[in-house]
Amino acid sequence: MNLIDIQNLSVEFPTAGGMLRAVDGVSLQIGEGEVVGVVGESGSGKSVSMLALMGLVAYPGQVSADKLTFGDVDMLSLPSSERRKITGKDIAMVFQEPTTSLNPCFTVGFQIMETLKVHEGGTRKERRERAIELLDQVGIPAPATRLSAFPHQLSGGMNQRVMIAMAIACKPKLLIADEPTTALDVTIQKQILDLLLRLQDERGMALVLITHDMAVVAETAQRVVVMYAGQMVEVQPSDALFSTPRHPYTSALLNALPERGAGRSRLPTIPGVVPGQSDRPGGCLFNPRCEQASEVCRTKAPVYTVHEDYAVRCHTPIDPLLQRAGGET
Amino acid sequence: MSAPVLEAHNLTRHYEVKDGFLSKPQILKAVDGVSFALVPGQTLAVVGESGCGKSTLARMLTLIEPPTSGTFNLDGEVMSFENGGQVKRMRRLVQMIFQDPYGSLNPRKKVGSILEEPLIINTDMSGPEREKAARAMMTKVGLRPEQYNRYPHMFSGGQRQRIAIARALMLRPKVVVADEPVSALDVSIQAQVLNLLKDLQDEFDLAYLFVSHDLSVVRHLADDVLVMYLGRPVEQGPNEAVFSAPLHPYTRALLASTPRVNPDERIERIALKGELPSPLNPPSGCAFHKRCPFVQDRCAKEQPATREVQGRLVACHFAGEV
Repeated sequence: MNLIDIQNLSVEFPTAGGMLRAVDGVSLQIGEGEVVGVVGESGSGKSVSMLALMGLVAYPGQVSADKLTFGDVDMLSLPSSERRKITGKDIAMVFQEPTTSLNPCFTVGFQIMETLKVHEGGTRKERRERAIELLDQVGIPAPATRLSAFPHQLSGGMNQRVMIAMAIACKPKLLIADEPTTALDVTIQKQILDLLLRLQDERGMALVLITHDMAVVAETAQRVVVMYAGQMVEVQPSDALFSTPRHPYTSALLNALPERGAGRSRLPTIPGVVPGQSDRPGGCLFNPRCEQASEVCRTKAPVYTVHEDYAVRCHTPIDPLLQRAGGET
Repeated sequence: MSAPVLEAHNLTRHYEVKDGFLSKPQILKAVDGVSFALVPGQTLAVVGESGCGKSTLARMLTLIEPPTSGTFNLDGEVMSFENGGQVKRMRRLVQMIFQDPYGSLNPRKKVGSILEEPLIINTDMSGPEREKAARAMMTKVGLRPEQYNRYPHMFSGGQRQRIAIARALMLRPKVVVADEPVSALDVSIQAQVLNLLKDLQDEFDLAYLFVSHDLSVVRHLADDVLVMYLGRPVEQGPNEAVFSAPLHPYTRALLASTPRVNPDERIERIALKGELPSPLNPPSGCAFHKRCPFVQDRCAKEQPATREVQGRLVACHFAGEV
C-alpha cells in the first residue's frame, strides 16, 4: 500500500497579476521505505508541493487536490489540530538552510526536546536522554555537552545534523528533505547524504529528497520526479532516467551538466528561461525552449501519461530505441 | 603559451583576531604561502571548502587587501601597496565577478549606469562615448542594448549575472577573478553563463582565476587547478592530471565526495570524517592529518613542504605512495 497518495494537487497564490499557479496537477504515490528524488529548477514547484503535503502553505496560498492521503488518513478533510499531530511526528521535514531554520534564541537541546514534548510526552529526564541518543545517532561528537550549545556555536554541517535529529525524533514514516545539502561543502554533503540514507535504511522510512542537483539525486534516489514550471514532466526509476530520459526537458537538462560536457569547449544549453506567471506559453509549457517542438506542442497541452515503468508529459516523448538506432547510423 | 600576466610568490595574509582586551591577540592565517601564475587565455581554478582562504586570495588579487607577506607582479610591474597611485592604476586590470547576482548589483541603478560607473571612475570618456561602450558590451554578453534603461529587478538571475560580467569587462581588464559565478544559478542557466565566460575569454584573451567548490564545473572550465586546505595549497597542477590521478589525499576525498550522474564515473569512496578545523587553532604538522584516511605518525609532527611530484606541486609526505 502506498504511504502517500497525491492526486491532482494544485497550489495557487493570488498576486497583483492574478492567480499564480505554483503547483499544477501533481499526482504522486510514495511507497513505504522508498527514496524519491524531486528535481527541478528554481520556481518549478518542487518545494511548494511538499509544503502543501505537510500543510505548511500559509494563507493566502490555496491548496486543492482530488486526493491527499497519508496511509489511510485523508489529509484534506482533517481538521488542522489533528493534522498537526501527524506532521512533525509521522511526516517530518528537514529544511534547506540549517543555520536559519533553527531558532537562534534557544539551545539545540531545547529545540529537540520541544519536539519530543509535543508529540511523545514523557518526563524531562527521559526527553533529555532521548535527545542525547538522537544527537549520537546523527553523528555529533560529545552529544551530552552539545545539548546546551546554541545554533551559532555549531557549524552548518552540525546544525543540519541537529535538524535531522529533530526530524527523526518521533520516528517518522516519511522524511522530506528540502535541499538538505545545498548550503554545505561537498565533504560534509557526502556525510549528510550518507546519514540520511543510513537512517532511511535502518528505520524503513520513506525519504523524499528535493534538490536541484541532478548528481545528488542520481546517487541517492530510487525513483526520480522531474518538475518544470509547477508540473511533473517525467517520472522514472533513477537509473533509467539518467540513461534514457523520455522528456526533452530532462534530456536537455542532463546534457547541460558540466560533468557530461568535460572535454568539450561548449556546453549544450537550453535557450530561454523558465516561464513566469505572465509569460506562460500556450500548449506545452516547455515548447518555446524545446528543440523538437512541433505545431501540436504550441497549441495543445500534453497530458501526463503513465506507462508501465515510466510516466511522461509530452506529445512526442523520446523513444530510447529510436534514439539508439539513430545514434548508430 | 604567452607570458604570465600575474605572478604570485608565496602570498600570505594573516589577520589578528582579538579575543577580549586582556588576552593576547591570535593570528589567523587565512592564506599561507600560495604561489601561482595566471596566463592570458587560461583559467586557474581555486578549489576548497569554505574557510580555506579562497575568498581572501581573491581579495588580495583584486587589490582590495594587501598581502601580509609575499609579492606579486601584475602586468610586468611589482605591486607595492604603499604606492597608492600604482594600486589605483592597476586596479582596472583586475576585475571581479561575484557569486550572487541578486546581491552584487545596486537595485537603485539602471543597467546603463551600473556599466558606466567603472568608466566614470577610471577613464575620462565623455557621456556619449560611455553609453556607446556600455551598449556594445551589453550585446557582447548577450543582453539587448535596448535594455540599457532597465533596473536589475527586471532581469532573471542568469541575465543579472550577464550584467555583472559586462560590468567586470567594461575596463578591458587582463585578469578576471570570478568568485563562484555560477553557483547561484540553475543548471540550464549555468551552462549558458559558462559558455559566455569561455567565449569572452577567447575574445579578450582574459586570464581567469575561477573560485569554485563545484568540481564538475572546474573540470569543465579550468586549465590548471589549485586545491587549498586551511589557507595552504595542497595540490596544484594541470586540470586533467589532478582530476584523473589526484595525489593528495584531500584532493582524492574531494573528488570522491562529489556526486556524479554517470554511475561508471563514480570512484571509490573515501568518506572524510569530521569537519574543517578552526583556522585559529590548526592541527600540528599537516593541517589535514586529523581527517586523512592515510595518516601516519610523521603527519602529526611535521608540516609537509610543497614539493614536485609527477609534474605537480603537492604538500603531502606520502604523495604518490598512498
